[in-house]
Amino acid sequence: MADTMQFDLVSPERSLASLQATAVQLPGADGDLTAMPNHAPTITTLRPGIVRVESPEGNAEFAVTGGFAEVTANGTSVLAERALPVSEVTQDVLDGFVSDAAAASENATAENLDELAKRTVDIAAMASELGLSVKG
Amino acid sequence: MPNLKDLKNRIESVKSTRKITKAMQMVAAAKLRRAQEAAEAGRPYAERFNAVLGGLAASSGGDSAPKLLSGTGSDQVHMLVVMTAERGLCGGFNSSIVKMARAKAEELIASGKTVKILTVGKKGREQLKRDFADNMVDHVDLSEVRNVGYDNAQGIANDLINRFNNGEYDVATIFYNKFESVISQIPTTQQVIPASFDAPAEGAEEVSTVYDYEPSEEGILATLLPSGVATQIFTALLENGASEQGARMSAMDNATRNAGDMIDKLTIEFNRSRQAVITNELIEIISGAEAL
Repeated sequence: MADTMQFDLVSPERSLASLQATAVQLPGADGDLTAMPNHAPTITTLRPGIVRVESPEGNAEFAVTGGFAEVTANGTSVLAERALPVSEVTQDVLDGFVSDAAAASENATAENLDELAKRTVDIAAMASELGLSVKG
Repeated sequence: MPNLKDLKNRIESVKSTRKITKAMQMVAAAKLRRAQEAAEAGRPYAERFNAVLGGLAASSGGDSAPKLLSGTGSDQVHMLVVMTAERGLCGGFNSSIVKMARAKAEELIASGKTVKILTVGKKGREQLKRDFADNMVDHVDLSEVRNVGYDNAQGIANDLINRFNNGEYDVATIFYNKFESVISQIPTTQQVIPASFDAPAEGAEEVSTVYDYEPSEEGILATLLPSGVATQIFTALLENGASEQGARMSAMDNATRNAGDMIDKLTIEFNRSRQAVITNELIEIISGAEAL
């Protein structure tokens, strides 16, 4: 059994990571999941949260604000709307996420109101995980 | 005969024009490299996104498909999204897009459809306003934006989707220049709503993988389609950005060369006139001396 798989993290503007990983923990829309080599092929949407990558060279963490992940037996690709290494997530960046989510909620329609509310909550959860807090 | 002073002034002014065009060419070259890098960096995302979305769309066709995919069932009202540059002096870049959009708009109007135009970039708006002032619905100003980001594309996409959901139009098409090389940019049209996908080239292999979908196939499709629109617009903006700089670079290269030719011609004329003036003066002196 292969003990590593290809992991790619791309955002629309650039490719953030492309490496061999042993396990990738993804913040799936329906709950976290961990992809390891030889995982069943899966496509899942992501909620705002943290992608944790374990690789022989060490671990890495990335904050994503949504998007989707494609898991196959020999690789995992995360296509994130916005993504950046956790170390670059500062209070300012987080405030940016929050205000974007708030702006989206303002023109929410009846159907996606729940979804957008969940988004805001997910961002708050991500914030507390990172030791930051969401203002007001 | 133009006098010497005029010629001298003229040469000076062409020289400073040449300096300006030369500088613009170099600036465009530097920006082109950055724009090209941005376009390349965005490509993996767009390719994968379209592959996955294309696969999803193909497998979940039918009546239950979201409207963004299946359309409203009518094609009466067309939305043309015309993407041009914010600045001129880039050769035929803007006019080639506008020409294409105009042809399309005229064709649609002739066949009895309603046409609405949304422009991105000032130049296209200025040119289209002359003929289609009544059809313009909105304008997106990117003149303050230095580097086009995904946010800009998302803003345009959200606006488009909202209008679509409000029933303002049935079909949306984007017009932009695809970057081929510095000397060739291809005006391109692409229908974004309802979504259309190129048949995946390596599709045979893709289809054989059966994916688990979480939450559900329809759920994912509904979330991804709006992002798909944004991704397509983002790709178009990036291609457009690279094309604009490429077009400007070659236009300014030509301008610099033309200015050089003109300086040579003017210099020859200047020297000839100067010689004529000197000869004249000599003749005057000699004939004056002879008269004594």
